[in-house]
Amino acid sequence: MSLSVQGYLLLSAVISAIGLLGLLVRRNPLIMLMSVELMWGGGALAFIAFARHVGNMDGHAFAFFAMIVAAAEVAIGLALVVALFRGREAVDIDDIQLLKG
Amino acid sequence: MSVALIVSGALAIGGALGVILARAPVHSVIALIVNFLGLAGVYLSLQAEFLAVAQVIVYAGAVMILFLFVIALLTVKREPMERLTARTAGRLPLNLLAAFAMAFLVVLAIVRSDPGGSVAVPSNFGTVRAMGETLLVTHVFPFEIAALVLLVAVVGVVVLVGRRPEKGRE
Repeated sequence: MSLSVQGYLLLSAVISAIGLLGLLVRRNPLIMLMSVELMWGGGALAFIAFARHVGNMDGHAFAFFAMIVAAAEVAIGLALVVALFRGREAVDIDDIQLLKG
Repeated sequence: MSVALIVSGALAIGGALGVILARAPVHSVIALIVNFLGLAGVYLSLQAEFLAVAQVIVYAGAVMILFLFVIALLTVKREPMERLTARTAGRLPLNLLAAFAMAFLVVLAIVRSDPGGSVAVPSNFGTVRAMGETLLVTHVFPFEIAALVLLVAVVGVVVLVGRRPEKGRE
């Protein structure tokens, strides 16, 4: 236990940035959802690192709630993906233009 | 810095890179599981035992099984390749710039910040008993709201993809 809180925050920032990159670059909605999961994980790591740093477990509670919301989000997101791409040929997010005027 | 922490951090970053670099979604799922296991190891080094176990059960277990089912459902017949159209290729530099700009700003903020000296943590920090007290005594109202959120999510999934019974048929 000698890594400072800044080291953990750097790890969290790197994982979040990788998730953002995947979300922006990839066009497969499944992989985009997984990139969002990466960003959730990076954020939760920052909360847990700060909880250890200040000796208060409220950060753990917040990371736990983030985990719950992430699970709900991925369930809804996958349901949307299934509803949108059921019976389609390609799985590409650029094909979805239902709201385009 | 212990060897276990270095290995866990490397697994987390390597898994994250694997998610966005893999061609097939199934490989991304495997990489994401590696990322979650690495993160669980990092949580353990931060004395967050309960969250490390919950991470493995909820993410590496339940959520990734959900992903695998959807991949099996959607990509059963075809190879799900992403088409690199001119539009997609034209956006790529700007996307890279945005991601690296965010990483640069966050890292700069972290490096230039002064978090202060670490406080002595209480002896029961991170134990399951302390976590239960935090969740079920201090934050019991958000905990119940979280249950409601999950219920809404389940109902929403059924509404979105559930097959409605056709009218006029038994």
